[in-house]
Amino acid sequence: MDDLDNRAAQALAEIEKADTLTALDALRVSLLGKSGIVTAALKALGALAPDERKARGAEVNRVKDRLADALAARKHLLEQAELNHRLASEKLDISLPGRNGERGGIHPITRTLERIAAIFARLGYQRADGPEIEDDWHNFEALNFPPHHPARAMHDTFYFGDGRLLRTHTSPVQIRSMQGRQPPIRIIAPGKVYRSDSDQTHSPMFHQIEGLLVDETSSFADLKGTLAEFIRAFFERDFEMRFRPSYFPFTEPSAEVDIRWDAEDGSTRWLEVLGCGMVHPNVLKNCGIDPERYTGFAFGLGVERFAMLRYGVSDLRAFFENDLRFLKQFA
Amino acid sequence: MKFSENWLRELVEVKADRAALAPALTMAGLEVEELTVLGEGLAGVVVAEIVAAEKHPEADRLQVCKVNAGQGELLQIVCGAPNARVGIKVPLATVGAQLPAGIAIKAAKLRGVESFGMLCSAKELGIDNDASGLLELPADAAVGQALAEYLGLPDASIELKLTPNRPDCLGLVGLAHDVAALFGSAVKVPAPTQIAVTSTARRGIRLEAGADAPRYLGRIVEGIDPAARTPLWLAERLRRSGLRPISAVVDITNYVMLELGQPMHAFDNDKLQGDIVVRHAAAGEALKLLDGGEVKLDPGFVLIADERQPLAVAGVMGGYDSRVTDATRHIFLESAHFAPAAIMGRARKLGMHTDASHRFERGVDPELPRRALERATELLLSIAGGQAGPVLVAENLADLPKPAAVSLRRERLKRVLGVDVADAEVARIFTALGMQVEPLTDGWRITAPSSRFDIEREEDLIEEVARIFGYDHIPTHTPAGALTLAIEPEGRLNELAVREQLAARGYYEAVNLSFVSMDLLSQWGFSEHLVPLLNPLSADLAVMRPSLLPGLVEALRHNSARQQERVRLFELARVFGQTETPSLAIVASGAAHAEQWGEPARVLDFHDLKGDLDALIAWGGESQRWSLHTDGLPGWLHPGRAARVARDGETVGFLGALHPQLAKALDLGADVHVLELALEPLLARRLPKALPVPRYPSVRRDLSLDLPEEVSWGQVDQVVRGSLGGLLKELRLFDLYSGKGVEAGRKSLAMGLILQDASRTLTDVDADQCVGEAVAALEKACKARLRG
Repeated sequence: MDDLDNRAAQALAEIEKADTLTALDALRVSLLGKSGIVTAALKALGALAPDERKARGAEVNRVKDRLADALAARKHLLEQAELNHRLASEKLDISLPGRNGERGGIHPITRTLERIAAIFARLGYQRADGPEIEDDWHNFEALNFPPHHPARAMHDTFYFGDGRLLRTHTSPVQIRSMQGRQPPIRIIAPGKVYRSDSDQTHSPMFHQIEGLLVDETSSFADLKGTLAEFIRAFFERDFEMRFRPSYFPFTEPSAEVDIRWDAEDGSTRWLEVLGCGMVHPNVLKNCGIDPERYTGFAFGLGVERFAMLRYGVSDLRAFFENDLRFLKQFA
Repeated sequence: MKFSENWLRELVEVKADRAALAPALTMAGLEVEELTVLGEGLAGVVVAEIVAAEKHPEADRLQVCKVNAGQGELLQIVCGAPNARVGIKVPLATVGAQLPAGIAIKAAKLRGVESFGMLCSAKELGIDNDASGLLELPADAAVGQALAEYLGLPDASIELKLTPNRPDCLGLVGLAHDVAALFGSAVKVPAPTQIAVTSTARRGIRLEAGADAPRYLGRIVEGIDPAARTPLWLAERLRRSGLRPISAVVDITNYVMLELGQPMHAFDNDKLQGDIVVRHAAAGEALKLLDGGEVKLDPGFVLIADERQPLAVAGVMGGYDSRVTDATRHIFLESAHFAPAAIMGRARKLGMHTDASHRFERGVDPELPRRALERATELLLSIAGGQAGPVLVAENLADLPKPAAVSLRRERLKRVLGVDVADAEVARIFTALGMQVEPLTDGWRITAPSSRFDIEREEDLIEEVARIFGYDHIPTHTPAGALTLAIEPEGRLNELAVREQLAARGYYEAVNLSFVSMDLLSQWGFSEHLVPLLNPLSADLAVMRPSLLPGLVEALRHNSARQQERVRLFELARVFGQTETPSLAIVASGAAHAEQWGEPARVLDFHDLKGDLDALIAWGGESQRWSLHTDGLPGWLHPGRAARVARDGETVGFLGALHPQLAKALDLGADVHVLELALEPLLARRLPKALPVPRYPSVRRDLSLDLPEEVSWGQVDQVVRGSLGGLLKELRLFDLYSGKGVEAGRKSLAMGLILQDASRTLTDVDADQCVGEAVAALEKACKARLRG
């Protein structure tokens, strides 16, 4: 009895002193293992009288539990210490560059164009497209430009030997989208357009986005509301806007839209950003749509202009030089 | 259209100051492009006469003048202008004046001689750019009068950017009518005059161009003073309207054009022979024009001719031989109406653009010719004298445009604009614009004046209401209306997804112009189905690109030349040949990865780009439809390091290293790898069809073989798959080696076979049997030998 207690007391002291998990495990075997002292004491119970056996049994089991608890506690402590030791040695320089993290970027024109198309997509406008090499009918005639009309002279046009031309605006997509289809129509048509003009503020190729809505109820007030919403959504702020009477053969009434722009020097000025108007009845008729039943509006904007305003690009030509030092600013 | 603000104010009451006028015009659709204030700050500048001039004792270029400025005693002024001389009247800035250029006039000593003011050039006064000498004033200018008062200053020169539908505003009287409607004010336009006829001189006029020239008026004015000078007020108005004064007769016709909008022409009557004939040109008929240029015409042009020869291109420009010169004493004045369709594009065809063609091709009021002719005669008689002959009229009334009435429905007006405009306001707007208004139960019947060529249909009237009512007064509203949701097919990838994936793989998007030079294309060897422009801007931009690569490689070179060692670019755009096809191209040079501490540096190679291609293809989910081939490569690719890309066996693009010869010709320093693919096949995407996840585990067996160098991995892959069928889930190549330890001419491959059966767990025996079959097949088909 006393012997077991003594051994137990001694064992507890040894457990506390064990400083490796291996030593602790050896102790566990010597105490609780097959030939350990606790096992031996349990085995010895069989030789005792039944009433003595019960008391002695309870006694041995208490010792067993105390030792097991002490072993577990010590084990946890040693494991913790070992983990802490390992963690202390496993340091690295997190400031070293990561592996293969390089990435490229999307061109600011694409980025602007996609942003604009996405805004209109939320209003139910569907993407539409047409060829860049167009015929005269789609680019001019169907849009109510008679042959030799002075309005044509405002479109410096590139021609091909067979009489076809490079589209001077995205408006022919209006025609292609309306042909063979009946309203309601809501389309947004981004793309490349061409004018034979090249200087600091003109590129012979640039990008436009054309929007068109035709239904039974649209009015000039709807056009104003749509474009005001668009400008707010694009620039993420409100602008003072003005709609100025203008002329396009394919819309009437027509307007140019200016926004009140704050220049960096603190001054403000009106800046033209869009052309728009109510779709001309002749255009609807040319596409087989009844202008008495349906009305519509159309608008067109220059993507480069919006990209320049949005990102503070001052030179139009930078968009087409593809200099990585420029492109990387938009990644 | 450029005009003087003061002149406009003389013709109409403008209820706005200068600062408010420009935005008001702009907001009425008459966009003010530029406004230049003239002659401000002329206080203290007076008309003075030089009464004596002597050489400055100390300076060769200076003169000491005695000047009469109406102040009783003469002022001494030192002046350096070359035209300073006794007897001329010039502007004098007196002591205390503050000139626009910032010069403060003080009494001063110039090289020791006292000077009490400054004699001025037009530029110093801010009224013109002429700084060549003193501004010489007419002899009748009153000495001592304030110069501003004498010249009608200050004034502003206003340039309008008029849209092609508003030719009626290409004359000040027409503009005055629009301004009156805008401000609700009255026009003060002088009434048409009728000049007393004092000569019987006449000339026949024959109209032979049908509807192209339905009205031609002429008049002979005899005995004008060839030395007559344009009065200052008229010259000033021309100048402020952007026209250079030339001679009295020409200035008068220009003045009438600016005032009324009617282009006119004056011929030297002595150079004309017989009747005036208005006819179409004969093919190849030639004429020397006023500007000295010789033009060749065709029957599309209307000519003014006499019985002998052509005199002028109608509506464009007069001829050289019949022009008015310093010696002309007898004038034939022309004032005609030409149909817009007969003039449209004609000047352009001759490479010209004139004030007359600009107006006629947009439309000039057919009722103007008589009024303009009388007005020009009035001015001519008062300035150059002479005897006016009768007005000679030839007209074809049936061919003149007739003002047609157009109806406007109240409902339609409201529907198109989205706002109710009061009936009274609608009527006021049309009346103010000079239109006749007849009320109808559902709207109005409107008849436009003959000056308006843009009122043909209801929408034209709606626009007029909107314009004068004010776009700002139309509310904003967001559209309601039926909406059908457009279907975006899931079986097609979005182009943006392709762009984003390439950007994520390290590529920057480029945007090149769609045209390239023929030289560049021949360097690459593109020669078939090229699409050249008829009127390119330059040889560098002459041909529509048949491939994105030449331009993209140029962009790569541009960057390489600017210290960018590692360049990776892509572009999505159309290419042009027999058809117009969306295309994707990528170019890359330099290291495979950005320089880094943790990975060995490696130059990018074919398989890096192939990896990009694999990744792009994988998005569509149908990689098995794609294949690479070594045959059929274009000449611009390295024959051994490139591939033809096919989908379902059909060629869709190419991939590989540029041919070293081309790279050298293009002056590319490093190896450049390129890829170009038709975009559409890449966007096709499989709609997933889900299968149950396998219930039994897979088994892996590794295999190491050596085989002849020329056997491709593709062949090995095919043989293994062929021998194992559906049990082979995956075949991974994890090592490729040749060199020491491998027999010359052979290479060693190590691969992992992932085997799986859908109905049971494969045993070791099953797996070993599979490997045995694969090895046997490879030994047979590829002369493979099992290693180790």
